[in-house]
Amino acid sequence: MQMKTILTALIATLFLVSCGNGNHDVSDDPGDSDGLTDFQLEHGIGPVTERVDLGEIDPARVEEGRSIFRMKCEACHNMEGRMVGPALGDVMESRSPEFVMNFILNPSGMTREHPEGQRLLQEYMTPMPFQNVTREEAKAIVDYLRDYAENQ
Amino acid sequence: MKTEKSRILRGMFFGAGFVALAAFLFTGCPSQDRMMDTRDAAQKVYVAPGDHDEYYAFLSGGYSGQLSVWGLPSGRFLKVVPVFSQDPETGYGYSEETKPLFQTSYGFIPWDDSHHPHISQTDGDSDGRWIFINANNTPRIARIDLDTFETKEIIELPNTGGNHASSFVTSNTEYVIGATRFSIPYETDLDVAIDTYADNFDGALSFLSVDPDNGRMDLKFQIVVPPYHYDLGRAGKGPSADWVFFTTYNTELAHTMLEVNASRNDKDYIAAVNWRRAAELVEEGHGRTMSAEYYHNYYEGNQGYAVSNRKDEVTVLYPEDIDENFMYFLPTPKSPHGVDIDPTGEYIVGGGKLATVIPVHSFSRMLEAIDNEAFDGDSRGIPILDYDATIIGEVEDPGLGPLHTEFDGRGYAYTSVYISSEIVKWSLDTFEVVDRIDAYYSIGHLMITAGDNVNPEPRYMLGLTKTAKDRYLPTGPKQNHPAQLYDISGDRMELLLDFPTIGEPHYAQAIAADQIKDQVKQIYELEENDHPNAILGVADNRVERDGNNVHVYMASVRSHFRPDNIEGIRVGDTVYFHLTNVEQEWDVVHGIAIKGAENAEILVAPGQTKTLKWEPQRTGIYPFYCTAFCSALHQEMQGYVRVSAADADVPLTWRTGTN
Ligand code: HEC
Ligand SMILES: [Cu+2]
Repeated sequence: MQMKTILTALIATLFLVSCGNGNHDVSDDPGDSDGLTDFQLEHGIGPVTERVDLGEIDPARVEEGRSIFRMKCEACHNMEGRMVGPALGDVMESRSPEFVMNFILNPSGMTREHPEGQRLLQEYMTPMPFQNVTREEAKAIVDYLRDYAENQ
Repeated sequence: MKTEKSRILRGMFFGAGFVALAAFLFTGCPSQDRMMDTRDAAQKVYVAPGDHDEYYAFLSGGYSGQLSVWGLPSGRFLKVVPVFSQDPETGYGYSEETKPLFQTSYGFIPWDDSHHPHISQTDGDSDGRWIFINANNTPRIARIDLDTFETKEIIELPNTGGNHASSFVTSNTEYVIGATRFSIPYETDLDVAIDTYADNFDGALSFLSVDPDNGRMDLKFQIVVPPYHYDLGRAGKGPSADWVFFTTYNTELAHTMLEVNASRNDKDYIAAVNWRRAAELVEEGHGRTMSAEYYHNYYEGNQGYAVSNRKDEVTVLYPEDIDENFMYFLPTPKSPHGVDIDPTGEYIVGGGKLATVIPVHSFSRMLEAIDNEAFDGDSRGIPILDYDATIIGEVEDPGLGPLHTEFDGRGYAYTSVYISSEIVKWSLDTFEVVDRIDAYYSIGHLMITAGDNVNPEPRYMLGLTKTAKDRYLPTGPKQNHPAQLYDISGDRMELLLDFPTIGEPHYAQAIAADQIKDQVKQIYELEENDHPNAILGVADNRVERDGNNVHVYMASVRSHFRPDNIEGIRVGDTVYFHLTNVEQEWDVVHGIAIKGAENAEILVAPGQTKTLKWEPQRTGIYPFYCTAFCSALHQEMQGYVRVSAADADVPLTWRTGTN
């Protein structure tokens, strides 16, 4: 019971400090995952609304992705083992590239409106921030994560 | 011309009457509010939760040394921008990056008295790039960027006592001006008897160019002028855009008991300086190169450490050296305070503090008088123009102690009147008062939205008053200074709102929110962080020893520091925490504080790097923590430093995450 109160308070705080990047609609019920399309359920909510053709892993893009990851993601994510956020070494095995891109580009939308995002936020208790990356950069990060998954 | 004796007598008579009247009025406070229907007023200042104000208002901090930012019409307090005073809240003036901003030829000066904020202009209208503000005590001018709302530059003015007539810009921000309020010897460090005032003391007018690309100031030249007190200044606009104007008082050359001795003359002067011609004369080599000592401090690049440059020379124009006239004195009653130029650039309004009228000079008549050499003598080679040749109107019955005027662009001027504590609205056509309203209590300056521009926006007027007395809940013998907001959109001024401010605002400026809100930065981009001690990836976190200096290259992210366990520090070390906040989300700020630090915390904005210096005096375990409530796990955002004895051989180690 105690735990539950603390949890509610924590979650309330999380919403309080996670401020809006992107498309906040205040009237949205954060607990409501109804009304999501099949695409959204599988590939996430955000600027990526259709399948992305990734093609072969491009070594130059992998390098770019690695350096962005070092600067903007590594503070919270290990490849192996939980840190502030989940380990990302095998994320490409469980998630689609579009899902990962949407998580990077629209983290507050994902953790508010997507059932997987909501679940992750409840588990990790820190809202994943938007790290000021462009769509192309998100794609480069995806290549880096794909490359890691293949060559680990 | 009147005899000197009758002048003195009249001055004394007026002085005594003035004091008695002031005492009477000061204790008897105006009683009746003239306020529009309470509900209408409330509606006019109501900004719904989550909505934004129409205007940013920048109020000087006076003796706080800072600049405070407010929303109008709601009167919402937005922030304090620290400028001339250390700010333990943010670490400004305590962090290693910002300390160089306070360097002066008198050493590290952690406080000043900031008076007149002025927004940069293009074609005579505020353009919202930068805001300048002056320091009165140890004469300086600061520049604040209006995309980060941070102080980026402070420059000292040499051989100047009390930089009060500052920091006003010309209509395309070609120059920002400064001037001597308390005349002193122009020669640096000159040691002379005070009663050699008339022989050894001077005033100096300063002209600092502003780089149109980055706002960087440069002290281009000074003009050495008679040892009057230069009180306020303004640049002309439109036809008068090549000129700047300064009020003077103490043309009596008093150096003791100025309240009596500097109030004798019926008229002092407004100094009119053709800055464009003066700058050309400097270019043509008519200036003297004089030794001077002053500091110029600014940020180079995007961020990093401010640099301090010591300068030792300045170019000086002596009007008596030059056989061409480029400045004139306009006799003006009586110890004038403000000099304000109407939106057309034609009217030069003096705030004749001790005068019974508001004198208005005509710029075009001034030019004619110069052409016709309608001179009434000179002062150190500077021609004094004939009063009747330049004056175009005297506003009768303005109340007692008119100080400062702004304009609504619809043909009216609004003058603050200190002793009778009111604002008078008068016509620039008839020079007659058309409306007046009480101010609570003892108003200094006033400000109209864009009211000093070529195109004023006649929406709101803010009165900055000197005493609160019973206006708010009492908070002790010293109360904060009030601001009162008036609606000036109709024929009559209407009081809307009354709120306490920060420090003592002497002047304010307002700019439409739409003009700048989209340029305001939300983060510092990590990619553009050029701080020499930044770490741009958490993997680079480390601790390095260099003799007794220990550098901690640290990163912060919700909700930990890297590294967060440090051992091998010794008593006698100087530890520098270079903290990079690697967050890239708007308004996610981390701070750092460590037990026993003798300075302050430092707050670090997203993407920024700041350095806290720490000199541990005792062995032991020192916790440090994040001072900003950044996340649900903020309480967990902490670390430990182990400090050992000076001769200990504990190796230097650091770690994060391995318990
Ligand atoms: C401040 C810490 C932080 C930063 C920085 C951060 N993340 Fe996250 N990330 C998290 C947390 C915590 C979660 C779990 C969801 C939540 O709590 O919001 C998460 C979730 C994710 C997920 C979803 C994982 C899954 O299992 O579906 C991906 C993908 C991801 N992050 C990628 C990134 C990338 C790429 C970056 C850099 C651009 C990044 N993150 C930067 C904290 C962070
Ligand atoms: Cu923090």
